[in-house]
Amino acid sequence: MGESQVYNDKVMEHFFNPRNVGELEEPDGVGRVGNPVCGDIMKMEIKVSDGRIRDIKFMTFGCGAAIATSSIVTELVKGKTIEEAMEVTNHTVAQALGGLPAPKMHCSNLAADALHRAIENYRSRQNRT
Amino acid sequence: MREVYLDHAATTPVHHEVAALVEEHMLQVYGNPSSLHRFGRRARAAMEEARERVARAIAAEPEEIVFTSGGTESNNLALKGVAIRAGRGHLITTQVEHHAVLHTCEALEKQGFPITYLPVDRYGRVTPEQVAAAITADTVLVSVMMANNEVGTIQPIAAIGAICRERGVLLHTDAVQSFGQLNVDVRSLSVDLLTLSGHKVYGPKGVGALYVRRGVRLAPLMQGGGHERKRRPGTENVPGIVGLGKAAELASRDLPERARHLAAMRDRLTRGIQEKIGDVVLNGHPTERLPNNANLCFRYVEGESVLLALDSKGIGASSGSACTSGALEPSHVLMAMGLPHDLAQGSVRFSVGRQTTAEDIDYVLDVLPPSIGRLRAMSPLYAERVPEAPGACVTEEG
Ligand SMILES: Cc1ncc(COP(=O)(O)O)c(C=O)c1O
Ligand code: FES
Repeated sequence: MGESQVYNDKVMEHFFNPRNVGELEEPDGVGRVGNPVCGDIMKMEIKVSDGRIRDIKFMTFGCGAAIATSSIVTELVKGKTIEEAMEVTNHTVAQALGGLPAPKMHCSNLAADALHRAIENYRSRQNRT
Repeated sequence: MREVYLDHAATTPVHHEVAALVEEHMLQVYGNPSSLHRFGRRARAAMEEARERVARAIAAEPEEIVFTSGGTESNNLALKGVAIRAGRGHLITTQVEHHAVLHTCEALEKQGFPITYLPVDRYGRVTPEQVAAAITADTVLVSVMMANNEVGTIQPIAAIGAICRERGVLLHTDAVQSFGQLNVDVRSLSVDLLTLSGHKVYGPKGVGALYVRRGVRLAPLMQGGGHERKRRPGTENVPGIVGLGKAAELASRDLPERARHLAAMRDRLTRGIQEKIGDVVLNGHPTERLPNNANLCFRYVEGESVLLALDSKGIGASSGSACTSGALEPSHVLMAMGLPHDLAQGSVRFSVGRQTTAEDIDYVLDVLPPSIGRLRAMSPLYAERVPEAPGACVTEEG
């Protein structure tokens, strides 16, 4: 109806149809981060083989931007090598969504951080075995 | 798509009788009320009639009403007006006031006025005893809101008023939310200053009033002409003022019926939600609350995401979540009431209005449960929760 939206269509699309929601049976890496200020929480789980992220799932307690950024980050890195996934930054995430409103930029940190945390967790498990 | 507006605490749709009168005065009564000629006299007469209507609605005298640009200005005028006129002195307020009071207090604090911010209980209430204990020989003003805009909790203003009278301290109350929902009578409340705003009572935006009890002296916020008995300079917003007058008249005329309708709609909503959705907490006082307010926490989900889901279904509500404010801190009101951070994040305020219907509420009750369910399904906090008994509804006591 022409009202300006808080978020663009792409963000809303991911918010309403988030990809890869849930938990993995036996994840190879788990990353959980919380934004200490707004209190939002995100969890990301990855399945890795031959150095590639074969599967990824997320769970998010947070705002629309937090849910949309979690969703798109899983799409961005599925099938990518873990090195490539480590390159993903909050800017990559926000850009992939076609931008976020300025006060919501910090929400994209959460998604990138959760992903990196999951990869670090995977790596530390590798070192242990 | 069906649209349901449940954010009347933010603002209300203008009453058609008010709108008609505003239009008439915009188009036909265009004179400047300060002018001597017939055009000016017509505008002045309209404005003075509005003043009488506002005064009557709160049991005041017309000369005790100062028109302003709204609730924010009235609050500023009350607090700064008293403090600056006194030159020095201590002020008392609460931690749950609207920002128009809290930030005014912070500004005064920077200018050297000590301020006491009274804490509240878990329902958002202060007690008259707390106020009495905070009054010192230096106290010049107490400001406590009549009812809270976020959680609807009603404060014991009449009892606080009695204490302030006895101790010779002025009392201001922000009645922006209460007006049109509770009986606002400046005499029985024993208040010296009282804030009203047009747009919360089906009147226009950008117009409000401050009741200033006869004999109370204020420094004006701005310098200019001698309008409003030298308390508020500037050519008066005649159409807005006339609209406020009509809205005030309707608010007090229809009060019992409106309050009953609001409570019925609100109760239909809260009961329905608690029946259909588990793990819901009602914020604010269970009984001492505004009839139109339902502030609920949906556990394990965040408020902004609930608002987006509701908005996509045509429903307008609001949230005390940090994520909606851009401020990143959850509502200062919920924090002052001692709500845990994650719970405050899931707060949603529904505020019904005089035109809200049972069908509106039932529509919300149809679309809300699947939306909450969808968000909970992706919430790590929901997955990790310690499960309650199935369908259990958590109350304040629970
Ligand atoms: C309790 C309270 N006080 C003051 C205000 C400010 O009123 P206004 O919007 O007319 O400036 C509001 C509404 O925003 C309010 O709810
Ligand atoms: S506001 Fe907290 S993640 Fe968006």
